Amino acid sequence: MESFFHAHAAQHYLVLAAILFALGAAGVVLRRNAIIVLMSVELMLNAVNLTFLAFSRFPLTQNAPMPGGIQQGHGAVFFVIAVAAAEAAVGLAIVIAAFRSRQSVNVDEFDTLKF
Amino acid sequence: MAEMILFYLFATGVLVAGAQVVLRRNPIYGALSLVACFFFLAGLYVLLSASLIAILQVMVYAGAVMVLFVFVIMLLNLKEEELGEQRITWMKGIGLVSVIAGVGGLAWKVLAEAYPANGPLIDMAVREGRRGFGGVKQVGHILYISSVLPFEVTSLLLLVAVVGAVVVAKGKI
Repeated sequence: MESFFHAHAAQHYLVLAAILFALGAAGVVLRRNAIIVLMSVELMLNAVNLTFLAFSRFPLTQNAPMPGGIQQGHGAVFFVIAVAAAEAAVGLAIVIAAFRSRQSVNVDEFDTLKF
Repeated sequence: MAEMILFYLFATGVLVAGAQVVLRRNPIYGALSLVACFFFLAGLYVLLSASLIAILQVMVYAGAVMVLFVFVIMLLNLKEEELGEQRITWMKGIGLVSVIAGVGGLAWKVLAEAYPANGPLIDMAVREGRRGFGGVKQVGHILYISSVLPFEVTSLLLLVAVVGAVVVAKGKI
């Protein structure tokens, strides 16, 4: 079992990230509470971060940097974290503004733009 | 050996806590499960030898972002009837499980071609470990030298987000 893990270490991390992304996407689609929808989006962003870091440690052979070269994946994860923080701030502000006008956080009731 | 045990431990924790986020009716339990999920993910990042990102994950996500979420949940203070009834039926449960199993199986199949079983697996943590792979020095080199323009634009993005959050939430300025 241990040799199986070491032979397929990259797949383990990447499949876990794919499952976590599917879980977050299911949360966005299934849930009606706007706050839980935002939390599911955070879950999806973290799945992407895990993918970046897994590819950063186990690069594909044709994409591997030269020995001593640097791996840009960690920088991408930093930017994703920064964008996620900005997204959470603006998203929660929108939830508060919508709650003020509708007295609800149910996404089914936010239908002003529907025609 | 240790890496395998820790991987399965953290992966189970991530999936259980992530499922709690999606399935729990009360958002405060979901938020606390999400904090647990972020801690397990930080453990996985350490296993991928991304120590700086793991610390950032705990500080920025589990610290700052989740405090914001819990703060808003407490501020709205939803009553029992405003939460709505539990709409996760067993049909949706079967759908959720089959989607997740399908995505996992598909990803495994696709990746088996990208990483052939007897092919060479490049492990940067081993190859670049002596140069501090994933440490402050190397990630700082990426941020401040290779991609300094996106880094500076990020500060502008955060400024716009702060101003936008105040303008949207305040109503009347």
